[in-house]
Parts: sequence; C-alpha cells; structure tokens
Amino acid sequence: MTRAQTTPTPTRVGPGPTTFSPGGIGESVRRPDGVPKVTGEFEFSSDMRLDGMLWGATLRSPHPSARIWSMDLSRAEAMPGVRAVLTHEDVPGRKVYGMETPDQPVLAWDRVRYQGEPVALVAADHPETAKRALGSIRVDYEVLDVVSSAEEALAEGAPELHPSGNLLRHVRIRHGDAEAAEARAEVVVRGEYEIGMQDQAFLGPESGLAVPDGRGGVDLYVATQWLHVDQDQLAESLGLPHDMVRLTLSGVGGAFGGREDLSMQVHACMLALHTERPVKIVYDREESFYGHVHRHPCKMRYEHGATRSGELVYVRASLVLDGGAYASSSTAVVANAARFACGPYRVPNAVLDAYVAYTNNPPCGAMRGFGAVQTCFGYESQMDKLAEKLGMDPIELRLRNAMKEGTRLPTGQKIEGPAPVAELLEKLREMPLPEGPGGGTRDLRELPGGVSNTTHGEGVVRGVGYAVGFKNVGFSEGFDDYSTARVRLSVTDDGPLVEVHTAAAEVGQGLVTVEAQIARTELGVEKVSVLPADTRVGSSGSSSASRQTYMTGGAVKLACEAIRRRLFETVAERHGEDPEGLALENGSVVSDGRFVVALDEILGAEPIEETVVHRHVETFPLDEDGQGDADVTYAFSAHRAVVDVDVELGLVRVVELATAQDVGKALNPQAVEGQIEGGTAQGLGLALLEEIQVRDGRVLNASFTDYLLPTILDMPPVRTEILELADPGAPYGLRGVGEPPNISTPPAVVAALRDATGRELPRMPVRPEALVGIADGPPRRRPQPGSAGYGTLGSLEERRDQ
Amino acid sequence: MRLSCVVNGEEREAENVWEGESLLYVLRERLGLPGSKNACLQGECGSCSVYMDGVIVCSCLVLAGQAEGREIVTVEGLAGEGGLHPVQEAFLETGGVQCGFCTPGFVVATHDLLSRNPGPSDAEIREALAGNLCRCTGYEKILDAVRLAARRMSP
Ligand code: FES
Ligand code: FES
Repeated sequence: MTRAQTTPTPTRVGPGPTTFSPGGIGESVRRPDGVPKVTGEFEFSSDMRLDGMLWGATLRSPHPSARIWSMDLSRAEAMPGVRAVLTHEDVPGRKVYGMETPDQPVLAWDRVRYQGEPVALVAADHPETAKRALGSIRVDYEVLDVVSSAEEALAEGAPELHPSGNLLRHVRIRHGDAEAAEARAEVVVRGEYEIGMQDQAFLGPESGLAVPDGRGGVDLYVATQWLHVDQDQLAESLGLPHDMVRLTLSGVGGAFGGREDLSMQVHACMLALHTERPVKIVYDREESFYGHVHRHPCKMRYEHGATRSGELVYVRASLVLDGGAYASSSTAVVANAARFACGPYRVPNAVLDAYVAYTNNPPCGAMRGFGAVQTCFGYESQMDKLAEKLGMDPIELRLRNAMKEGTRLPTGQKIEGPAPVAELLEKLREMPLPEGPGGGTRDLRELPGGVSNTTHGEGVVRGVGYAVGFKNVGFSEGFDDYSTARVRLSVTDDGPLVEVHTAAAEVGQGLVTVEAQIARTELGVEKVSVLPADTRVGSSGSSSASRQTYMTGGAVKLACEAIRRRLFETVAERHGEDPEGLALENGSVVSDGRFVVALDEILGAEPIEETVVHRHVETFPLDEDGQGDADVTYAFSAHRAVVDVDVELGLVRVVELATAQDVGKALNPQAVEGQIEGGTAQGLGLALLEEIQVRDGRVLNASFTDYLLPTILDMPPVRTEILELADPGAPYGLRGVGEPPNISTPPAVVAALRDATGRELPRMPVRPEALVGIADGPPRRRPQPGSAGYGTLGSLEERRDQ
Repeated sequence: MRLSCVVNGEEREAENVWEGESLLYVLRERLGLPGSKNACLQGECGSCSVYMDGVIVCSCLVLAGQAEGREIVTVEGLAGEGGLHPVQEAFLETGGVQCGFCTPGFVVATHDLLSRNPGPSDAEIREALAGNLCRCTGYEKILDAVRLAARRMSP
C-alpha cells in the first residue's frame, strides 16, 4: 500500500479566493464565481481528486426497522483493491451525532430505524470495487415491525423507537380566550389537510474529500451549509480536538436545507484516518435520497371562526409532523409550524397544538420554508374555504384580516416594522391577468398535456388562486445566533484591496457577491477579494433560515465600519480633520467631497484588520402556553397562480405565477429575483409533482426518473414585484429573501386548481387522480418502472430474497 | 482497456479503463475534465451533456468504450482563445447561474440549440432544454440567457 508522503492538498481547492471589482449594494453585480461556473472550471465537492486517493462507499440498511445480530466483513476485507472496511466499532469518539439531539448513529449497531441507514463503510481504489465490496458484506438482520406514520407512533402501545419515547416535541400555544370567542363566531369552517414528503433535490450530490495530515488530524473539503456545526460534530465523533479537524468549503451544488445535517463527513474522515490516505465519497442520486433529511410530511386539522363580515375570531389547529427515524432539526421545525399556523393575519384567539414524532420513515429536517410551508397550505386553504362560505372575494377576506405593524402573533410577539400583507395582495390584484382563457385552439405546447396531444382545448378550464405567507428570518427561540467576519484593508501593487474572510457557505444564493458588494460600499475600495470559507475564522452560522445576508452581510458591514473608524482616527490625527466629516470614496478619504488623502498613502505598509461578531436581537424560548418573543423578524410574500386544467384527464399547465415580496432592501436585485424565481419553482414542484413516496417505511421513488422535479416545460413565466420596505432593525433594512417564495407558491397553485375543478384537494402534491375525483390520496399500488428503492443495495442474499 | 479519443481538439488516451466505466467517469476522473457534471448518472438531468461527433449526448449513459476513436467536446472546450463563448457570457450576465451545477449542461445544450436554430422561439427553447434540470433558478433567467445569446450570435 502506498502512503501519502506529505500532507497533500487537493489539486484545486474550492471556489476561491476571487478578487474582483464588484459594484456597491443595490446593483445587480455579477457573481465572482460566475466565470469558472460557465466554463466548467469551478471545483465542486465531487470534482476534487488527489493522487493516491481512495473511494469511500457506504453500506445501508435495506430494512426500515430491524435488529442487527451480526455482520460478516471477511469477504469484503479479502477483496483486492479494498483498503478498509469499518463498522460502528471503529468510530473513535461519540457514536451518535445530531445538530440538536445527538440520537443518530454514525454507523448503526444493534438496530436500524430507517431504510438506508448507514451500517458499514468501505474504502477502495476504484468506486466499483468499493461497491462490490459492499455487496459482499453479510449482515444478519431480524426484521422488526415498522412504525410508518406519526399517528401510529403516537398511538397507545406503539413500539418505542427511542428511549425517550416517540413524541419528539409538542408545541402548545394558547392565545386569548378561544372558548369565549367561539360564541362570537357566526361562521365556522373546518378542514383537514395533508402534505407529502418533499426532497431538496439539490443537483450536486453529497460529496467531499478527507485528507489525513499525517499527525492524527484531518482536513475535510466538503459541500455543507454550516462548517462549524459540522466541525463540532466531527470532533465529537472522531474523538479529536477541534484544531485537528479542519474544514474548508468546497463548491456547493445547491443546498435548500438538505446539507445542514451531516451526511458523508464523519465517514470520509474515519476512512481517511484509518487508511492514512485521502478518501473521497460521492453519493449517487439514489443514495442522495437516503443520505439527507427531507421536508416533514404533515397532517393538519383546522377550525376557523369568523364574524359574518369576515373578521377572524379564533383559530384552532392541530398539526402532526412525521419526524422520521432521528431528530435532526425536527424540534425547531415543529415550533415554526406552530408559531406561523395562523398565517399573516390578526387572530385574537388561538388554540394551537403541533406534534412531531419519531417513525421508521426517512428522517426529516430542514428544507427551505422550515415548517412554515406546511401550515401556509393549511391556513390559506382555510381562508379560501371561509371566503367561499361567506360569499366574499378571497382577497377581500385576506385584506380584512391582514396583519400589520403592531399586530400580535399567537405567541404574543408584536410585529415591529412593516408587515405589508395588504400591500402585497393589492400589488397582485393590480397585475394584469395573462391572456387566453382555458380552451380555444392554440399551440399544443400551451395546453395541458402538451405535445402528447391529449386535448385541443376541450375540457380545459382556467383557474386563478391566491396565497400569502410569512416566516421568521434567522434562528429563533433563544438560540445564540451569530456570524463572524474578518475584513482586512491593505495596499497592494494594484492599489487598495479589501479581503473578506468568513465561514459562511456560498450554496448558490450569491452570498460571496453580496459580501463583496458590502465591503465595496462601506470602504469605497474597488478591489475586493472573498477568501474561501473555512474553520480558520469564527462561525457564521448556517446558510439557512433566510439569514445569511442579514447575519454575515451584517458582520461584514460591522467589520468594515470598525476598519473605517480606525482609519478615520488616523486621518484625523495626521491631517487635523474632524473624523465625523470623513468618508471613503474611490480609494480615497474625503471630507465633504474634498480630497483629503489617498488610501495608499495613509495605510502604507500597515494593513488594518478587524474581526467582528454580529448578533441579532435576543430571542426567547416559548413558555408552556407558547408565549414569548421567539423571533428576530419576519419576511412576507404573496403569490397568484393561473392554471389551465384538463378536467377530464387531470393534466395541468401552470400558465403564470405572479408574486409580490417585500425584501426590505434588494442588495443585488438580480440575485433577489433569482431567489424568488427559484423558490417559486420549488413551490410549484411541491404543489404538483414532488413527493418522496414512502410505503411501510420504504422509499419507492429514489431517482430523478420517479421523483419529478419541475423542468423548464413545467415552469411558467414568473411576474415579480419587489417591495423594499426597510426593516428598522436589519442591516440596510434588508429582509431574508430565500424562503418566502417557497411558502406562498404551493397554496396559490392549489387554490387555482380548486378554482378550476371545484374539488376540495386537501392534499399536496395534487395528483391527476385527485383532479378528476378518482382519489385524493396516492395510489395504493407500488409503481413498477424505475427504481425499486434501496432494496437493491443490500447483500446479494437479500437481493435474492426480494 | 486503453481508450483513445479526441477531446476538445486534443488526442487523449486513458489507460486501465474498466469496461463498465462511463464516458463521464473517464472525462472526470481520468482525463482531468470535471466540468461535465454527475447530478443523476441516469440520463435524467442533462448535467453531463457533451458532444460526441457533433451530437449532444448524456455522457453518463455512454460507455467509455463507445467513445473510442470519437471526437468529444465538453464544456471546457467551448470558450475560445479570445474568452468566453457568447452563450457562457449570456448565462453570466442574466443571472442564469446560481450554484452552477446545472450550468455546464445548460451551456452545452444551448450551444447545440443555437447552432441548429439561431432564432428560437420561447417554446422551442423550452423544448430544447427540457432534458436539463436546474434546481436553483426556476429557469426564468436561463431563458433570458438563451434569448440574449441568440440575439448576440445572430448576424
Ligand atoms: S448525470 Fe447524466 S443525465 Fe444526469
Ligand atoms: S444553478 Fe443550481 S442547479 Fe441550476
């Protein structure tokens, strides 16, 4: 076996540093990583390679619930080209991990609790060798009963999946006096709604390269959303101090919440430390479906009471989320679902109970919208139902109850700053509707069914639907949420240069661009370099919760301000200027537009560096009645969907999606639009196409053949109106942008489908069967074509058994 | 086996290729051309699109051996001496790139579309790019990019 001689570094490492000349904030600046991304030179986490590198692979359980009696590794170990076969016995440190509750085995022992749970690892010279070695491992499983839904898990006598029981968290919110309010309600509507399991389906598969340093430590180059929370968990499970587990962000091919939990990180490091060789792990698409958490499926029961004039009097809701086999971020997701369960409306009285339970289904956790997506479908469906019962226009009803500045949420928290719910709805109402009612002879490509030639317009009905949604920005419930930025201003041969160093993950959203724009704006320097994100600087928190521009952008801004203050003190001293009147422009210090001194001159050979930690306002946990100022701030969006439905075949063409969103301040308008359009597409997917189908704990469609993502044919034009109503507490007044579109799109699409078909459609994604009234649920028969699920990756014997 | 083919205008050889390897694997892991991507490895996403003898293919579905003696052009081969190809330039400019994982595939597919049809309608663009998945952009800015490139490239 050849061993790596020295500490090698990957041939090309990740996405930076990139020096460029960004515009300031408010400009649609091009991405600094754009050129390598269009030429194919940008290095994603799956693109790294090193001489002498091994390929890691993961054996996963074919059973959703089983006891492991024994494992026979001997055949795998004896295979030529296999360099290591590891099990839970080889985990050097803590054998479990988890962001909030460490309950998930790094490698299973004794029990497996979901199909696809990692059981053993192999490192080999060639990926095919590794795969064959996996196939030769014998695991003796005793198959156990499957707890296949949250209701089942919470029922009396259900098998307990964890020592703490099956209930992961119950969030209870009591607001006002719902009992007394019931008497005042003149109209009551009830509804039950359900939402399936959505996948983040980022295109870049889970991957990374672990490189041993020859001194017992390891460097990991990986695609993730939060380097430091990975580092914490890695240090625990590898039994190493933090400084011996160093992480660098490599190119991330999308994330959407699915990279917040660990996937291959500990595994690759274990194999690398064991073999003393660099080890790369790259999941394929099927494995990716098993390798990360998904959006929680959710069942909701709602009751809304209102006066005859349409004023909401009370809301009762019970929400049950399926957390899957391990905790992930379920406890935070369920609290979000509960806090936003009444929607962006004035609801004086509410009784809300949200539960999340362990089951033997795939673990669920963070996905764009984080709990708010589920409930928005519930409360917006209810608002439409109520409008219908009252004979009111659905927009009118929403306007009448729209939350505004000063409204109190069911948690008692008062909305500070603009809450432009009514404005957003008005904007939508003003937008012209697209032409051409359903039907009439048109281009086949513009009809439901497209060139399948299923209709020439007959049976096609148009529908229009609206929805509005909101959620928190940043981490809530007392979490110590902060971001760190190190900024350095120096003079190079090319003039002044600002270097920005943070650990914040660029996942595609354009954070690196915005960081540079902020530095450019604050320091008036043309050349900005964004250094690669790594753990050599303090944590930036996660690229999630629509928080990164707010938190890390805010940290960069503060660091620049600190540099500016130091600089101006020097200028004041040396040039006798009043520091208050000084500003930075085009590489010079000016006072009231009058040139004072060039940066080159004042800085000389002495760069100024500042490291600053940015914290948002303190938040607080909820008390036993669910009361407390749990959130930092909120972001709002509204959607209008226009659909054509072939009501005989249940085929749909979304004609247009229009949206209005308040972003506080658009730091990079083009990137903001990109976030809105992308989030809207994922919302369309959830409404119509995307569901991981799980039957008795088994995933039936772990492939892009069977899990359907919206294509360019499915996505209609998106008409976008962006409002910039400054959030008084935020850097530049900005609000998070990424999640809201994903929240208000799905209910708008379903409302349009209801409008076209007159059917109730209580479940998302809406299938053709439901549109024609055959069934509202998924088909009972197992789909035949394509993937048969993870059963194919068990041992040969097990494959034969199937 | 040994494999020889022309890649981006250069004669290339790869030794010890296992017969089951795909063209995509050989490009990425043996020839140092990881620009073509590996999002699904089953012909569903288009991220691995390359030209083989002038025809666009999903390189994840092409066995390495099938490329013997053929001419391959990958995303890395599209930019000229003078800088980016107008298609690449357009993707950058319109914001058609976010995470960028789908971008190589879209760039190759757009390059192919515009060489066959220099002035495509929106419906034709959608049809031509229907085999390429993007999870980030919602396709709006990708459409903008194709329209812009078409305008710039038409005489
Ligand atoms: S990787 Fe080839 S089509 Fe997806
Ligand atoms: S830009 Fe991320 S998949 Fe298209």
